Amino acid sequence: MAVQNELGTDTSSGRVSPFYDPRIRGIVFQAALVIFVVVLVYIGASNAIENLQSQNIASGFGFLGNTAGFAISQTLIPYSVTSTYGDAFVVGLLNTLLVAAIGIVLATILGFIIGIARLSSNWLVAKVATAYVEIVRNLPLLLQLLFWYFAVVKSLPSPRESYGPLAGIYLNIRGLFMPKPVFGPGSWLFDAAIVVAIVAIVVIWRWASQRQAATGQQFPTLWTSLALFFGLPLFALVVTGFPVTFEMPELKGFNFTGGMRMEPEFVALLLGLVIYTASFIAEIVRAGIQAVSHGQTEAAGALGFRRGLTLRLVVIPQAMRVIIPPLTNQYLNLTKNSSLAVAIGYPDLVSVFAGTVLNQTGQAVEVIFITMLVYLTISLLTSAFMNWFNLRMALVER
Amino acid sequence: MTNKFLPWLVAAALGVAATAAQADTLADVKAKGFLQCGANTGLLGFGSPDDKGEWKGFDVDFCRAIAVAIFNDPTKVKFTPLTAKERFTALQSGEVDVLVRNTTWTLSRDSQMGLIFAGVNYYDGQGFMVRKSLGISSALELSGASVCVQTGTTTELNLADYFRANGMQFNPVVFEKSDEVVQAYDAGRCDAFTTDASGLYAERLKLTNPADHMVLPEIISKEPLGPVVRQGDDKWLTIVKWTHYVMLNAEEAGVTSANVEQMKTSDNPDIKRMLGTEGTFGEPMGLTNDWGANVIAKVGNYGEVFDRNVGPETPLGISRGLNALWTKGGLQYGPPVR
Repeated sequence: MAVQNELGTDTSSGRVSPFYDPRIRGIVFQAALVIFVVVLVYIGASNAIENLQSQNIASGFGFLGNTAGFAISQTLIPYSVTSTYGDAFVVGLLNTLLVAAIGIVLATILGFIIGIARLSSNWLVAKVATAYVEIVRNLPLLLQLLFWYFAVVKSLPSPRESYGPLAGIYLNIRGLFMPKPVFGPGSWLFDAAIVVAIVAIVVIWRWASQRQAATGQQFPTLWTSLALFFGLPLFALVVTGFPVTFEMPELKGFNFTGGMRMEPEFVALLLGLVIYTASFIAEIVRAGIQAVSHGQTEAAGALGFRRGLTLRLVVIPQAMRVIIPPLTNQYLNLTKNSSLAVAIGYPDLVSVFAGTVLNQTGQAVEVIFITMLVYLTISLLTSAFMNWFNLRMALVER
Repeated sequence: MTNKFLPWLVAAALGVAATAAQADTLADVKAKGFLQCGANTGLLGFGSPDDKGEWKGFDVDFCRAIAVAIFNDPTKVKFTPLTAKERFTALQSGEVDVLVRNTTWTLSRDSQMGLIFAGVNYYDGQGFMVRKSLGISSALELSGASVCVQTGTTTELNLADYFRANGMQFNPVVFEKSDEVVQAYDAGRCDAFTTDASGLYAERLKLTNPADHMVLPEIISKEPLGPVVRQGDDKWLTIVKWTHYVMLNAEEAGVTSANVEQMKTSDNPDIKRMLGTEGTFGEPMGLTNDWGANVIAKVGNYGEVFDRNVGPETPLGISRGLNALWTKGGLQYGPPVR
């Protein structure tokens, strides 16, 4: 007690020994921790460099400029055997981003449908949705990927016995082949029409919501948007006299050549990721909807809203507040899970860069470091975007 | 699967200090009481566990020979199954003492990876396997084909080189494990499957209908396969290298696991030195003087190991070819023990 009294008098006189000042203490401890972490990282890094040198293992990032010398099946940028390891890295990165981006969109759509279906008053629909969720989310993703690849995709017929449901579209074990549109001269009008349509749609949406806020009058924005998006480019095509031809896939030698093609590895990975992640999204959506008090639905009913309108205008906007934060997690999971591609031969970042490149160069430390950095960056960017989106969707308190 | 990398990364970043500082693998192995050998994840005839979980194969027997040289006991060896892309990191980080996993000797592997090859225990070359129903007879007819290949191999690079050199197109389908490659080829995902010729013979046996497939005549590369160790431990390199040579010399001198005991009384000074009845050739290596005799007695000479695992009498049915002794027109040549 005496000590405390003495301290107390010290404080009142305004002269605390810096040793006892909690603010200074806090700073000192935090500085000490920072120094400790920096020193630890430095020791780790210098130790690694020293050991790599003493073991005669090449180090540094110069290898990125060397010729790769191996081929990759699916490339979004021009890539050949003579490209560099750096190019191979970009190819792998783009393949990862491609499957993650398409996967996120499809998983969200499927997840919302299943999530809402789970709450359907139709017994059959609700039970089917429940069964889907319970089966899919309780099986390991790797098993599901292997199932989609080895059991489903691999049981497709050989190129010579392809399914050809429609002219120009072929499905076989080598992938899905589709006609590729080739744009001739004058097709710039078509491109321009798409851009104009998108701009017009944004303008109309803004105008319609402002008008509704001011006058209460509604405008059929959805139908107008659809009409614009498909109508304008079609109109442009008619005006320019259809400068589009289609390059049809043809069976030549072993395989189909020409046209567009989706690799079976890509399809299997996408299917696996979408179906798996959608089951989690469905549960998030269900939870979000159930978090909205039933009184809101009843109130909407009392105002004469139809069920669909109640869901769209009352329930979902409020549910989104609950849904978005965990949804972010699922998007991150999907992106990171795409690295399981290595099991089914899809050339993603891990397979191409942390697989082939690592092995051909032997520079494990650098390659794994870059790969981890890439996943970290992708995840943080996704997270930042979703936080921004969450702020936009949060209830505005007036 | 990829998580296997994490411990290695940590080891490579931090723990390598231990291996770099000591670099006395023989002492480490003796202290541990067993040899840790990097093996294939499953290549019939070369390195794969049998139905009782016991490792069998040409490369596996070489690991056992090293274990016998050190401990005089072929069971004092543990195997770490490694995929093509895991193998070098595992060796660099000290997870395995020696890598005997049909690995091709190349310049960059000797110069950039901190590794060194201890010789060639199997001269191989890369080939292609296709379905007979495809109706082709040469690899030069493969333009436009989908080709299944394992990642992180010289095979992957040779494949790209070969098609580029001949102005042909191809579509690679790349897997991490050899089993996955074979499965994909078997399911018809690819027109052709490529790996070392020895591997083609081994993997063909795993196919649903081996008779429906054929190996094309072209050998598109040189694939000298051999054991690999870390740089900076010459004593250990010597042991691995000479284990191979003593098995070659034994075959050349006609010493087999069956007659090694009688051969010990032989008057031939070459044989006496090899089996340790004359001179002290084992001790400077840190082994016993009769290490050579032990290897031959417990594992056999090179020819015995070859015939037992991959030779004409086995399902693989590979003839000696380049791997015959130099006295019989092959390339296998053991420097003299003296």
